Amino acid sequence: MLYRESGQFKTSYVRDQAIFPIAQDRWGLFLLLLFAAVGVPLIANEYWLGSILIPFLIFSLAALGLNLLTGYAGQLSLGTAGFMAVGAFATYNLVVRIPEMPILLAFVLAGLIAAGVGLLFGLPSLRIKGFYLAVATLAAQFTIEWVLTSFGWFTNYDASGVISAPPIVILGYAFDTAVSRYLLTLGIVVLLALVAKNLVRGAIGRSWMAVRDMDVAAEVIGIRLYRTKLLAFAVSSFYCGIAGALWAFLYLGTVEPQAFDLNRSFQVLFMIIVGGLGSILGSFLGAAFIVLLPILLNNAAVLLGGQVRADTLSNLELIVFGGLIVFFLIVEPHGLARLWQIAKEKLRLWPFPY
Amino acid sequence: MDLLWLYAQALVDGLLAGVMYSLVALGFVLIFKASGVLNFAQGAMVFMAGLTFVSLMELGLHPALAGLATVAVMVALALAVERVVLRPLVNQPPIILFMATIGLTFIVEGATLSVWGSTPKLLELGDPYAAFEVGELYIVYSEFYAAIAVAALVIALALFFNKTRIGRALRAVADDHQAALSVGIPLTTIWVVVWSVAGVVALVAGIVWGGRLGVQFSLALLALKALPVLILGGFTSIPGAIVGGLLVGAGEKLAEVYMSETFGLGGVENFFPYLMAMLFLMVRPQGLFGERIIERV
Repeated sequence: MLYRESGQFKTSYVRDQAIFPIAQDRWGLFLLLLFAAVGVPLIANEYWLGSILIPFLIFSLAALGLNLLTGYAGQLSLGTAGFMAVGAFATYNLVVRIPEMPILLAFVLAGLIAAGVGLLFGLPSLRIKGFYLAVATLAAQFTIEWVLTSFGWFTNYDASGVISAPPIVILGYAFDTAVSRYLLTLGIVVLLALVAKNLVRGAIGRSWMAVRDMDVAAEVIGIRLYRTKLLAFAVSSFYCGIAGALWAFLYLGTVEPQAFDLNRSFQVLFMIIVGGLGSILGSFLGAAFIVLLPILLNNAAVLLGGQVRADTLSNLELIVFGGLIVFFLIVEPHGLARLWQIAKEKLRLWPFPY
Repeated sequence: MDLLWLYAQALVDGLLAGVMYSLVALGFVLIFKASGVLNFAQGAMVFMAGLTFVSLMELGLHPALAGLATVAVMVALALAVERVVLRPLVNQPPIILFMATIGLTFIVEGATLSVWGSTPKLLELGDPYAAFEVGELYIVYSEFYAAIAVAALVIALALFFNKTRIGRALRAVADDHQAALSVGIPLTTIWVVVWSVAGVVALVAGIVWGGRLGVQFSLALLALKALPVLILGGFTSIPGAIVGGLLVGAGEKLAEVYMSETFGLGGVENFFPYLMAMLFLMVRPQGLFGERIIERV
């Protein structure tokens, strides 16, 4: 009853092309953002902000990046964490080597560097697709990890190969509390999500989707295949690079190349599968699911028994995690975002069945 | 040692290791051929089979009996997978099935660890360092026997595929699912058979690798090394898996020796196979022996 678009008329082309054409969506999002920016810092404690919400936001960004590539352009990639590592280490080197570099500019430049690397490893996509491409992107993952560990230059010759992020100061304001770091992350993620939302509903996004659905047909209607695929790789790596930079600078503070190993790539891949391929909202839902699930399982185990051994618990966690993935794929292969869509369609008609 | 001998030694080591990679890759190929599923859980199955085998032997079972029991476990797994994972996901795109096998990986790993514990176990296959010499080359007995075991397994599989009724049914399914169904080949039974055979291959791989590395969690990671092997050989070809394994094994060891001798950089073998596979794909996208993909508009 509340969610109904009757009576909302579009009287101009601008309104027709709005990102969220339905007023309830607009207001809902606005309220959600307001809550995230004002309400959350008021109620959440240090632990929630620093250990759950910040990683959730960063993962959302990485998932968003991968979703642009895999969900929209249809190019399966297992090298996400590699590109995140490029972003993190590029930011570090930019900040350390050029002391007067503003941190936000460093983030953007690091994203561009990651985009360049992504472009390079995207080249095989011109010839191959599907699983073959997925394995080729593994090359990116392992090569980047090896380069970062083997050459001391990237870690500024740190003996243990760990980089420590310098304190973040923007326009004289130091981001040293969990709240301020959370707000900065939130701002960056929301901005980039907005850009992505616009990207996928414009010409670029449509050409990506055309390539995903059938590349030969896309070529026939005049989409330049190579340019489109490479652009997808570049944009996706840009997002992942920034996510990696945020991971190192706003979440952990110190990072080693091993923090961006293959498991991290898989984690992000699970997020977009669970959340929904080809959906911006899905990236966020998936990230929330994957970040919260282990915490939930932990707490559930404590509530149920309390005296379960730690290694048994982590094994059970593996089983439940794997089982949930299989379950989700069977019940709803299009992910949480699709469930949300179905719920909205039902709400529009409610309380009438048709 | 002379530099030439060093490279020759690396080549031999690599080829022997490569045979063992192809053993893992073989499991992938079997399942991919028959059901079009890239089974990421193959590595976890190697781990599961190896650990079950060793643990049963530690409980005092005769090796042959333990082997049979493990085969029974793998068949049970195949049945369960067909019933719970594959059947509800019929007609889904390959990527979804691939993801499902990643989920399966977690389940198999978690279940194996909870049943048998996470301590590495030793598998005694005689002295692991005993070796014979050819010229200045050391060839470790265990690896040599492993290579022979793999050769025997491949011959057995080839006979199974070409000479038996089930084998012919498997090839029919691999060619065309619908045509196979329409001549009365039960698809679901075939899937169970294929997963069981892959389970047996996993057991052999688990024993061979377990004798080398100890039976431990890192066996599950072998799946990752098998992927470039698959790419080089093509996803659907058994000879391809063997040749790909040899290429990857030899390539990574030679690259490792070359890079550490010339530039003093170690660890190249961790990523070299992937890079090799990637560059190779640029030239020949379907792998060495893969089926040519023809697209029509």
